[in-house]
Amino acid sequence: MGKIVIDPITRIEGHLKVETVVDGGEVKEARCSGMLFRGFEKILEGRDPRDAQLITERICGVCNHCHTTAAALGLDSAFGIADRIPENGRVMRNLTMGLHQIQDHILHFYHLAALDYVDVTKVATYEGNDRILNSIRAFISRGQLAPFVPRYEGDYRFSPEVDRELVSHYVQALEMRRKGHEATAILAGKLPHACAVTPGGMTEVPTIDKISTLLARVKEIQEFVSDVYVPDVIKVAENYGDYFEIGRGCGNFLTYGLFDLDGKDPDYTTRARLFKQGSASTDLRHQPLDLDQINEWIKYSWYEGDTAGLHPLDGETLPNPHKEGGYSWIKAPRYRGDVYEVGPLARITVGYAAGDPAIKGLVQSVLNHFEASPEVLFSVLGRHAARALCALHTANSLQDWLLELKPDQPAYIDYSIPEEGTGVGIVDAARGALGHWIVIKDRKIGKYQCVVPTTWNASPMDGQGTPGPIEQALLGTRVRDEQNPFEIVRIVRSFDPCIACAVHLLDHRGRELRKYIIS
Amino acid sequence: MSEIKEMPAVWISAGACGGCAVSMLNAVAPSIKNVLIDEVVPGNHISLKFQVNISAGSGDQVLKAIEDVGQQEQGKFLLIVDGVVSTAEGGIFCTVGERGGELIPVVQWVLELGRKAMAVIALGTCSAFGGIPGARPNPTGVKRLMDIFKEGGVNTPLINVPGCPPHPDWLIGTLAKVLMAGLPKPGDLDDWLRPREFYGMLIHENCPRRAYFDEGKFAKKFGEPGCLYELGCKGPITYADCPIRQWNNGVNWCIRSGMGCQGCTQPEFPDFLGSFYEKITDVDIPKIGEYWQKQED
Repeated sequence: MGKIVIDPITRIEGHLKVETVVDGGEVKEARCSGMLFRGFEKILEGRDPRDAQLITERICGVCNHCHTTAAALGLDSAFGIADRIPENGRVMRNLTMGLHQIQDHILHFYHLAALDYVDVTKVATYEGNDRILNSIRAFISRGQLAPFVPRYEGDYRFSPEVDRELVSHYVQALEMRRKGHEATAILAGKLPHACAVTPGGMTEVPTIDKISTLLARVKEIQEFVSDVYVPDVIKVAENYGDYFEIGRGCGNFLTYGLFDLDGKDPDYTTRARLFKQGSASTDLRHQPLDLDQINEWIKYSWYEGDTAGLHPLDGETLPNPHKEGGYSWIKAPRYRGDVYEVGPLARITVGYAAGDPAIKGLVQSVLNHFEASPEVLFSVLGRHAARALCALHTANSLQDWLLELKPDQPAYIDYSIPEEGTGVGIVDAARGALGHWIVIKDRKIGKYQCVVPTTWNASPMDGQGTPGPIEQALLGTRVRDEQNPFEIVRIVRSFDPCIACAVHLLDHRGRELRKYIIS
Repeated sequence: MSEIKEMPAVWISAGACGGCAVSMLNAVAPSIKNVLIDEVVPGNHISLKFQVNISAGSGDQVLKAIEDVGQQEQGKFLLIVDGVVSTAEGGIFCTVGERGGELIPVVQWVLELGRKAMAVIALGTCSAFGGIPGARPNPTGVKRLMDIFKEGGVNTPLINVPGCPPHPDWLIGTLAKVLMAGLPKPGDLDDWLRPREFYGMLIHENCPRRAYFDEGKFAKKFGEPGCLYELGCKGPITYADCPIRQWNNGVNWCIRSGMGCQGCTQPEFPDFLGSFYEKITDVDIPKIGEYWQKQED
């Protein structure tokens, strides 16, 4: 019996440790630990509510645009203007969120995940005229292979030809994700940490020149997703087919939906969205979204307080890094009392279960290629495929949204900050369901709470001792070589964890944290 | 083929959001591919031994790679630190890896490596000045890297490249200068250890909306023309070249998008002078020509 501790897990966002106990070549225990704590919600208390979207986006430099969007939705609802955002504002938020998420999915597949499958060193034997590959060959010949080596060895399966093509796409994808950010910035100001998303809409006004340059840019991005990204995911699946059966996970899926198609319904749980809200399990039966069914557990998290599952706004949190039994800074949110996975696979599964024809068509095209049933989606490869399909479905929508914009018309509506109020902003980030809850008191932030995608996916055990989604995906996995545990990192990365998002201080109920500060 | 000089570098992410790293991916010329693979300056290659978002390996193998640089390249490597360095409870709020079953606080990494490095770059406002996680009430005891070094007796040259996030050119330009001209000389950095070529002038001095300010035409609502001063712009007290350089390959930047500057390159960010949406009041607003007047005096 051997214990495998991987700390840090690289090529994700943030500080993640994964500890597994392997017996007879099989994972018997798995623990996922978030290793960073910063205390964002505590920092928000007492500030001007309008600052929330500029501060919370800085929780995460990868998901920043998702936080700014969720926060703005939450503030709109707290200010009573959720149904009055100008159409330009709604559409521009969709466009910036869409472009941002596409570049994020490209980043994840090529730059975070692909090095688990693609062997850069195979370019050493390249003989041809491709400038990118020749520059990489020259790099390899100098003998300093960092940051591509060290790495796990022994399971890179592509032929040299396919491998080189994917290495070349890794470099092209660097450029394409940069262009994704550039396109986002045209309407959002700058990236990362955009400034133009604001309660009431957007500070930018769409103009013909912005729309026309974006039309060209979204076409280039859509073509990359459709002609390069999706086929590359298929190539990985063709060569690593066993990963359709590895990393199944908890089999329950939750999404808050994504991209508002209608700005008039003030209730975000029912508002028409391109990706529909709700939940589903592997039986593919769609259930509507009910935010009251969320609660969080802290039995195995480094916090003191009530160990019963509490609704996010009732949660009580006092950090205690020495807590008996604690093993993570991440809390354990549960939905309907059960473990739920969030992310692209949840968006695709819920959309499929709800009978969305576009999503069913996309999924069916992949399943037909492999002559497989939807069951194979619940796997490492299923998550990568779902992410690529989310990118494609989004990319296919961008042009129509651009044409909906009314040039030189306002994208912003004024409002006043109420003395008291509450708001909730829910949306799917690239990595999954993201909720911001705000309580306004005396025109300031009384309480702020974020429950983010990786809090769901990388959560530790709950009050009943049920492991979180990544932990469940690891359990039972066969590890062929404990010195090179490819299976573990491939499973973990398929969830696209983002630890900066996942760990933040929640509420302290009047108890001071100052005793932790060494002055 | 002429000899190519390898400059080893280690990038430690402390309590980071990843925004500094993603911003560096947005570099255009040189691109991030040029920086990682090619000669960023002819004859020089930066060998990035560790960067958590890019490095292929995981766990013990990357910890060893970091430690090897410290031991084998003493006084020769660059250390880049992004994210807040928290010090409360001995730094337990942010750890990377473990030794003998004990978690290693990131503050320990930066002190150990900082002592051995040729130079250290505090990348982003978090490591340079504390940033948002260091804002009141500073729950995890965040300190500026320069102060942590001072208290820990680390005398390695330090350059601050702040911004939330920093513009990629600010880091790459700083690296290129080290490669081409060596470490900063007296006068190259301002009082806050920022390279003057990027942080030498106020946003306000180069702002395309400056004429509105001088004429007293202020936007009262987002989306309107006019100076954004009354909507909370911090440009008058923020040092950076954003108005000239612009962001994301020059397509836009904060003020051009109709939002005020948030002051993200400043040591006071975000706790100075109230909300991002509130007008700054108790500072002297510089007038056109004041900068040059100061230079002449």
